[in-house]
Amino acid sequence: MTERRLDAAELRRRTQQLLAAHPPAATDRQTFLEARFDAGLAWVHYPEGLGGLGAPRSLQAVVDAELEAAGAPDNDPRRIGIGLGMAAPTILRYGTEEQRRRFLRPLWTGQEVWCQLFSEPGAGSDLAALGTRAVRDGDDWVVDGQKVWTSSAHVARWAILIARTDPDLPKHQGITYFLCDMSDPGVEVRPLRQITGEAEFNEVFLTGVRIPDSHRLGGVGEGWRVAQTTLMNERVSIGGMRLPREGGMIGPVAKTWRERPELRTHDLHQRLLRLWVEAEVSRLTAERLRQQLAAGQPGYEGSGMKLAFARLNQEISGLEVELRGEEGLLYDDWTMRRPELVDFTGRDAGYRYLRAKGNSIEGGTSEILLNIVAERVLGLPAEPRTDKDVAWKDLAR
Amino acid sequence: MTDLLYSEEEEALRAAVRDLLTDHCDAAGVLARAESEAPHDLALWKSLAEGMGLAGLLVPEERGGQGATHREAAVVLEELGRAVAPVPYLTSAVVATEALLACGEEELLARLASGRTVGVLAVALHLAPGAAFPAVRVQDGVLHGELTGIADAAVADVLLVPAEDGGLYAVDSDAVAVTGQVSLDQTRPVAAVRLDGAAGRRVGDAGPAVRRALRAAAGLLASEQFGLADWSLTETVRYLKERKQFNRPVGGFQALKHRLAQLWLEVVNLRAAARNAADALARDEDADVAAAVAQAYAAPVAVHAAEEALQLHGGIGMTWEHPVHLYLKRAKADSLAYGTAGAHREALAGLVDLQAP
Repeated sequence: MTERRLDAAELRRRTQQLLAAHPPAATDRQTFLEARFDAGLAWVHYPEGLGGLGAPRSLQAVVDAELEAAGAPDNDPRRIGIGLGMAAPTILRYGTEEQRRRFLRPLWTGQEVWCQLFSEPGAGSDLAALGTRAVRDGDDWVVDGQKVWTSSAHVARWAILIARTDPDLPKHQGITYFLCDMSDPGVEVRPLRQITGEAEFNEVFLTGVRIPDSHRLGGVGEGWRVAQTTLMNERVSIGGMRLPREGGMIGPVAKTWRERPELRTHDLHQRLLRLWVEAEVSRLTAERLRQQLAAGQPGYEGSGMKLAFARLNQEISGLEVELRGEEGLLYDDWTMRRPELVDFTGRDAGYRYLRAKGNSIEGGTSEILLNIVAERVLGLPAEPRTDKDVAWKDLAR
Repeated sequence: MTDLLYSEEEEALRAAVRDLLTDHCDAAGVLARAESEAPHDLALWKSLAEGMGLAGLLVPEERGGQGATHREAAVVLEELGRAVAPVPYLTSAVVATEALLACGEEELLARLASGRTVGVLAVALHLAPGAAFPAVRVQDGVLHGELTGIADAAVADVLLVPAEDGGLYAVDSDAVAVTGQVSLDQTRPVAAVRLDGAAGRRVGDAGPAVRRALRAAAGLLASEQFGLADWSLTETVRYLKERKQFNRPVGGFQALKHRLAQLWLEVVNLRAAARNAADALARDEDADVAAAVAQAYAAPVAVHAAEEALQLHGGIGMTWEHPVHLYLKRAKADSLAYGTAGAHREALAGLVDLQAP
């Protein structure tokens, strides 16, 4: 058989083949997703055998459109965002062949949910200062420490974890990256209640957790470099969702404005129009970034998307509470819950306002991101560092 | 679908325009010219318009132009903005040309497209698309009246003059008195035009022609504003890496780094908004909204960029010899040109159904 060129027509043909072999109406969801993965139609830009075909990333849209039209189930990407957006690209880049084969398939189908054990109470913006220890013991590593801001920890089967393996080295050098089994008896997950009333995040206590060395990702002491892949992907996925006009936080406000003329004031009108324009321009910037990536042009715009997204969400949701007048004094529900999904635009205006406050903190604070833009994009001098050549154990804390 | 990138041909066009401007439009020259009686650089205009054929980008080939689109014109404007070039490109090759395209006029359109004739629409620079505009009296077949705030009228060969009978008249500049007004933006000065029984040729209806011309102007002005803002940011970053105080480059101070990073975000957004407007005008799809969004966003960003450039340059930024004031004056005048950001937001309220109380 001659090799066919991997273009849109070929992907359409393969998608139809998958649909014919596994009619969605007559196929169990998990079975269909596994078949899709095995056909290389999960993420077409991944390598063959790992859910992809080594095709251009832009062709994924062709597959998705065909499958959606056929009513095929998807892998509920919002539920497994950390796995798809952060763990997978890191495993793909740094994993051994065995690790890639073991983890990527159930990750993509959603059979195994992933979470991220990075931040600690003493290591937020200065993540490289983390103190969770991993000590080698035979073929295993024994991990002790505390992680925080871990979304999905209570439903996750696996975690990406960074821990300190050599406290005598400067902080960036003594870190190693692991894949941690969340069902280990030493893992304790406690809900961490937030200002919204919910516990979308958790604290995770690690006590004598045993991780086999075969679940180390990358070399010993190379964890910081490996983690950069994870973190860059986190920022892209936070800021880079594709939206139609009025698709983000501005949507519900515009809807309320149209439906409730009695709430309108001149001041709110001016502010709403300004924010509407900013939301639209931000959407266009995100769209331009996507077009650049699809065309294979490196774009710096990604570094800024999350910054813009955070500020806009906060300003728009703040306006929305005011717009609601007397209802703005109310809150829908303070019940402590542990939601499986993070939904920035879900629920009422008050919730949106409070939840948006986290947007400029999670995944890199806006202040740190401004440093990154200034230094990496504009090439301005780096912040003075006093900790670069100091052993981690000797740092001030 | 909207294409927000630059094609290879567009990048080649940019490179050619930038080369020309680098050689023939340095800041010292622009400044010297601005202080003279003749602020416009007609030699540069001739190279751009006739030599490179850029005056006819918006005009179809069969009507004497290059048959390109607003996307290419936008790229030219980015570069002209980056150099605050004192040429009547926006006024003649975009605004007057669009007005004539709307009229279905042929002879004058071809002359403008060739670059040998400069045409200027005699509508004050600050008026937004859709705003009411002054018109002159028609009496015994000739035109009477005075119009002010007309950008680049000083170098116009032909003026397109709206008249009270609803017509748009082509009037030779020899037949009118053009008096330069002392202008905030010395690189795009405005002038008063007095018609004392001037003969004119009716080329079409003023209403639709002016509306179409000003919409294209508002949309494409965003690309000029992007050029201004991008120069301001780039030049300021360059200077702050070099300038030392307290024994270190001032660009290393976090307060300044954050301001520049914020400005970078705005400039990146502005590019997307400007590209979107150019593309929407080229395809004539969603162009009203795209132009209004671009102008509502672009004006404050260009002004902010120039103001930041001035402040972050410190004392040297306040001097006449440093070029930053040319950019500030152009950016501020541009914030009024073809409607303020506020006027465009007001237009959007109607366009996207977010009505006032």
